[in-house]
Amino acid sequence: MALLQTTETGPIEITDAQRGGAFSQWVSRNAAILLLGIVLIILPAVASNFILVQVVGWAMILGIIALSLMFLAGYGGMVSLAQMTVAGVSGYMITVFGVSSLPAISLFWPWWIAAPIAIVIAVAFGALTGVLSSRTEGIYTIMITLAIAAAFFYLTLQNWPIFNGFAGFTTIPAPVAFGVNWKEPLPLYYLILFFAALSYIAVVYISRAPFGLALQGVRDNPRRMEAIGYNVTAHRVAAYAFAALIASIGGILMVWLNNQISPGSAGIEATIDLLVIAVVGGLGHPIGAFVGAIIYVILRTFALDALVAVGLDGRRFQTLIGLGFLLIVLFSPDGMIGLWRRLVERASRSGNSNNSGNRSGH
Amino acid sequence: MSTTVSQDSPAVARGDALGRWIGRHPIWALVIAVAAIFFLWLVLAPWPAGFEDVFGKKRLFINALFNGATLGGLYFLVATGFTLIFGLMRNVNLAHGSLYLFGGYMGYEATQWTDSWLFSFVIAFISCAIVGIAMQYFIFRRMEGQDLRQTLVTLGLSIVFADLMVWVWGGNAIQIDTPDYLSGPIPTPIVVAVKSSGEAVFLQYPLVRLVIFAAAVLIGIGMWLALNRTRIGVMIRAGVDDRDMLSVLGYRVQWLFVAVFAFGAGLAGMAGIVGGTFQSISLGEDSHFLLASLQVVIVGGMGSIPGAALGALIIGLAEQFGQTYFQNYATVSTFVIMVIVLAVRPQGLLGRR
Repeated sequence: MALLQTTETGPIEITDAQRGGAFSQWVSRNAAILLLGIVLIILPAVASNFILVQVVGWAMILGIIALSLMFLAGYGGMVSLAQMTVAGVSGYMITVFGVSSLPAISLFWPWWIAAPIAIVIAVAFGALTGVLSSRTEGIYTIMITLAIAAAFFYLTLQNWPIFNGFAGFTTIPAPVAFGVNWKEPLPLYYLILFFAALSYIAVVYISRAPFGLALQGVRDNPRRMEAIGYNVTAHRVAAYAFAALIASIGGILMVWLNNQISPGSAGIEATIDLLVIAVVGGLGHPIGAFVGAIIYVILRTFALDALVAVGLDGRRFQTLIGLGFLLIVLFSPDGMIGLWRRLVERASRSGNSNNSGNRSGH
Repeated sequence: MSTTVSQDSPAVARGDALGRWIGRHPIWALVIAVAAIFFLWLVLAPWPAGFEDVFGKKRLFINALFNGATLGGLYFLVATGFTLIFGLMRNVNLAHGSLYLFGGYMGYEATQWTDSWLFSFVIAFISCAIVGIAMQYFIFRRMEGQDLRQTLVTLGLSIVFADLMVWVWGGNAIQIDTPDYLSGPIPTPIVVAVKSSGEAVFLQYPLVRLVIFAAAVLIGIGMWLALNRTRIGVMIRAGVDDRDMLSVLGYRVQWLFVAVFAFGAGLAGMAGIVGGTFQSISLGEDSHFLLASLQVVIVGGMGSIPGAALGALIIGLAEQFGQTYFQNYATVSTFVIMVIVLAVRPQGLLGRR
């Protein structure tokens, strides 16, 4: 299980910034992520609507859902494949309670009723998944959650009264609220960015809060945690519920962005793609989910042309994804984040040895 | 004491155990006996008119029963390999559905070239076994004990396999022709309806499905015998319990792993032909049968062959009855069974901790 035990909880490295004030310390420690935030905020000034929504926005939504998987896997040691399903449940529920092109099924309630109901149902579903998979441990989690995900997929495929079978729903616009039409590309982009940042900050915060630390204790040694008096099952189920909250927000945004939902949205392929995103990005840090998502979306968007350009069949996209995933799992199990960490380490080590030989033992 | 007795004369011991169980739970035994008799009556006797109003036509019920049992036979063939590989190597082989699909396609090619349905089973078994050996030898041997990493690798392989198979065989459904000597329905001694003239109508059922079901039962019994009566079976069971100890005792555990992986993969491949004859094989069937295998081993118990048989029967029946009686929620029935088993017996009905 070495794959899962790579999360860091606090500042590991002590840098020169320690001498400065608390604020500048904090800034220098989070320089990369702050820079990324600034770039994302000013991105609409330079990028086209397609890049904004279909590439960056879509990647952030996948990142939010993958983040919920990363939270469970990285901090809880539970690789749940049902996170895309949780997103699918909330996406379907906001369609059933809210607006769609099917008045026979949709209830057309306003968004401020439909969205909370969808989230509550999805969180309940996620918690139930947690209760079920907490009955067993380790590798069984993957089997049980994959079975749940597949069962939901076939249910949406076969069920017409609620899920409208394989046709699904179309025309599910983001609402007009607070005087803004959130369907427009720019507001939608900032809405997604807001929730991506919020869920990222929430996961980072929770991972350092007592609950997150206890959860990591449960991951590393459940029997010992049980012995000190922690309720292991309750911590696991609570983690599933929190992850489901994040995934359900991602699910609603996903429906608003795509303007449709069908069984394929939370199908087996989407479920597996989400795991690929989380693992390729790296389960060691929350940012990994977003890194994996942007790589995936860029490949998905541009690989077809690139494959054709080098004389290959553009339809072999899945093989490319699968091979890339295999390479990561075989050679860098902690994903892109791990790769990056090792590169930085090597660079700083060689830099240090050039400048002053006595500091190389870092 | 009791273990030595059961090893010397298992049949006698089991008879004793049954008698003792009845003596200890007389009410439960009575309930089970009554249920069994009622079930036999449901199957064999013509239904009274009022009964059909409530439960629908008897033909539907009997068809669901037969389809469910034969589907269970198919699920058993797929899931035994899965459960055996998991039990021995702790490897959740998520590419098992891909092996099923690959076997189906290879069998289809074999029937196209040789015109022999039986020969195609050999081809499918061998080709899937080779893939299984390659997977175990080149990849999983190098990451023993890292079960999550192995699972992720199988997942990656399943993505690649699925795409490559679409490349070669396209996305259309392929049906494997039933050989002449097995095609067509045969009459069974089960009455499904009584005509107004008083003449009984008997159930006609496809012969090939009955033959396949019988073959699945035979394979199951054969595997049970091989596991419990042969030297290699003893090695496999010992490996399931404690593979480190088996290795310390000087057995070639790696060869055992390769052999079991090859056998499990080969069984999945043969099941692919069965699936292609029963229904059809196409894109997406790999995840369907992976899901079925997962459900079967979760319900039946992980790493247990009798558990796989019981689980396959339950899941097959639940799926067919679900499709017959509540179409919109058919998958929910198998899901509910899985939930109940996980809640009551997390290790599966016949699984061990």
